[in-house]
Amino acid sequence: MGSMNAILARLPAGLAGSVAAVLAAFLVGAALIAAVGVSPVTAYAALFEAALGSANGLAETLVRTVPLALCGLGIALAFRAGVFNVGAEGQLFVGGAAAGAIGVAGAGLPSIVLLPAMALSAMIAGAAWSGIAAVLKLRFRADELITTIMLNYVAIHLVSFLLHGPLKDPNGALAQTARLTSDGRLPVLLGGTRLHAGILIVLVAAILAHLFLWRRTEGFRLRVVGLNQRAALNAGMNVRRAVLIGFLACGALAGLAGFSEVAGVQRRMIENLSPGYGYTAIIVALLGQTSPFGVVAAAFLFAALQIGATTMESAAGVPSTLTTVIQGLVVLFLIGRDAIPLIGDALARLGDALARLGRKSA
Amino acid sequence: MRGIRVAFGPVVANDDVDLQVAAGEIHALLGENGAGKSTLMRVLAGLIVPVAGEVRIDGAVEPLGSPHEAMRLGIGMVHQHFMLVPTLTVAENVCLGLPSTGRFLPDLKAAGRRIRDLASRHSLEIDPDARIADLSVAGRQRVEILKALFRGARILILDEPTAVLTPQETEGLFRILRALAAAGTAIIFISHKLNEVMALTETITVLRQGRVAATLRTADTDARALARLMVGADVRLPTLEDERAAAPHDDGKSNAAARTILAVSGLVCRDADGVARVDGASLEVGAGEIVGLAGVDGNGQQELAEAIVGLRAAEAGRIAISGEDVTRASVARRIALGLAHIPEDRHHTALVEPLAIRDNIALERIGEPPLSRRGWIDRKAVARLAAEVMAAFDIRASGPGQTAGTLSGGNQQKIVLGRALSRDPSLVVAVQPARGLDVGATAFVHRQLLARRAAGAGVLLVSTELDEILALSDRILVVYKGRIVGAMARRDISVERLGLMMAGKAA
Repeated sequence: MGSMNAILARLPAGLAGSVAAVLAAFLVGAALIAAVGVSPVTAYAALFEAALGSANGLAETLVRTVPLALCGLGIALAFRAGVFNVGAEGQLFVGGAAAGAIGVAGAGLPSIVLLPAMALSAMIAGAAWSGIAAVLKLRFRADELITTIMLNYVAIHLVSFLLHGPLKDPNGALAQTARLTSDGRLPVLLGGTRLHAGILIVLVAAILAHLFLWRRTEGFRLRVVGLNQRAALNAGMNVRRAVLIGFLACGALAGLAGFSEVAGVQRRMIENLSPGYGYTAIIVALLGQTSPFGVVAAAFLFAALQIGATTMESAAGVPSTLTTVIQGLVVLFLIGRDAIPLIGDALARLGDALARLGRKSA
Repeated sequence: MRGIRVAFGPVVANDDVDLQVAAGEIHALLGENGAGKSTLMRVLAGLIVPVAGEVRIDGAVEPLGSPHEAMRLGIGMVHQHFMLVPTLTVAENVCLGLPSTGRFLPDLKAAGRRIRDLASRHSLEIDPDARIADLSVAGRQRVEILKALFRGARILILDEPTAVLTPQETEGLFRILRALAAAGTAIIFISHKLNEVMALTETITVLRQGRVAATLRTADTDARALARLMVGADVRLPTLEDERAAAPHDDGKSNAAARTILAVSGLVCRDADGVARVDGASLEVGAGEIVGLAGVDGNGQQELAEAIVGLRAAEAGRIAISGEDVTRASVARRIALGLAHIPEDRHHTALVEPLAIRDNIALERIGEPPLSRRGWIDRKAVARLAAEVMAAFDIRASGPGQTAGTLSGGNQQKIVLGRALSRDPSLVVAVQPARGLDVGATAFVHRQLLARRAAGAGVLLVSTELDEILALSDRILVVYKGRIVGAMARRDISVERLGLMMAGKAA
């Protein structure tokens, strides 16, 4: 709790802080690129050309945006309630497994029944998984920072067990479910690409989250509880209820991300469903200032970085892991913005000292 | 300091201000909230660069651009909100950021010795190895003073230092300050408490609306004249007598038969360590009366108030509001029964500081029409309520969208009062409602409490300021070690007996 409040308190208000952090991260990234002997302009151009310059590139970026944005929205809602839920990764896996199981079991049902059933079961599974941490916090005061991250490992291994056992495709050798029938898949929006309807789910979810936070009384209470629990209590608000809503919303949205990966991308539940979307989404939520539309924009940016990274490596010879460095730098600049004037101050003093030294030797 | 002018956008906080302080002098900077006292001192501490004017230290003009520069020139400031790291020890806090104690591995032992030295020289009781979190408020303040002295302060600025202290602690602080002045330190004492300024200082500069209203010797003036200079007109705090004079049938006896609004019996509350902070307290508040709960700070009055409003669980005993047992009821239920709480802690309990004024005003009523219907917030209705309350309670801000945390203490308290009292409550629990406020704002708060009494509400006034209790209460109860040890009707009040009861000596 304390650590998370410290982080949130340091978040600069508004868009300017996020834009500044991204620009600063790209600047440092440029220096690193130059250090390996490549022109930063060439490298960045290759990166964004690959991510945004073609229909297919843009489609891939949008496909990657979906899980980042859904998990990011969930984490943002939890943050708003003062809940530092870092368990989106595990909640995504549990949701994906539920969606996969229902999708396989319900094969033969029409799409209009099957897809909502898969989505709903994924959301329920994700929310239930997050609910474990909620109960641990509300009943036993266990810090959710610890419990949610531990539950990630439990979830991933539990899902792995299920895929090796009960959920395994009886006709296959790999630890994965059977392939979903076409009725269990999200429709493709743009022929010739992988762009699926999950991006529409993202937009609807962002609009609903925005309305919830700013127009609904429950959203108002959630924000008040996140900002000042004691004042919320004093005003007669049900603090535990708001905290619970924060946990459940995060789990449901991360579960939905699992559903969308299963039904939109993999077309079955697999062992390595996510390369850490649930963790990257924490940065996405922070960069988006925990505002729903900001989160979607941040998810798009990070998706573009990840999609463009491989092309940048092959075209410009810059290791693709540079984008991971840039993502990390964004967090550092977001959190450490207060320190920038201090650094300026230190540089000025260093300059003074050098000048004095210069005078002495002269 | 000469001709100082500071402007924030179109707002001029200081205009052509002159201030002269001599070594060994205790100089008061007096003024209402927003008069520009803190701004002027922030200039001196190097935190703000003025647009015009100059600062001379020992006759030389100094460009004060940064806190480092101010420190180098021997200017130290003790802020109203302490700048200490609670998890570190006294020595660590004092050395924080000082290269002289070693850049990477500070020599805390040597520093501790120097701190002990310095502390004993100025008779400041401080253990350098104590953790800040374990110190009392007065202790932390001594650490702040020591921190300034350790950095070589010859000019010590104290911003409202007594706002957080009990009367006894205030006396202790004054002894320290007098000793420091006698040793040659120039002390600037920022305050709006007239009696303290009269008791402590030699020279007084009164600021009003960013300008110097007067500079005079303390010996040549009195509290009344100072109040006039501060406010620009005669002010007197309202008392119950004024109220009775205005309403001749109000003789204080009719209240005896009034129905009971609040009944507390045998209440016990323990803190985290199992110590009974409230130990079998019983009291009643009737409609149309103000009951003052007097007592020295730390005798359980805060805990008692918290239990009544629902922020603290009662271990034993019973609390009833308007006849309904609320001992285990939610805060929401108590509010629905007509409870209004004016908490002691504005920053953490009363307000959500990062939120707008309008949201803070809507805080308790967001779930009811007209502010919301079926869970949808009606923003226009919220704006209307905010506009009404801001007008009725004279909340001065750039608009209802301004963040509550950026307002002055007086305006913040008006939000709290406005939110609680505009609901037409039947029970008001007001804890230190005028703490940290200037004369004008205090008078406003007191008038509002008297108005609720006149409207038939029961008011429980919890305060460690005896003047406040004496001015407003129909009846006075005294709390000592978690029990109500005495009661006194207004006509029988004797300050001497009150004092004895507050000290735990049965009267």
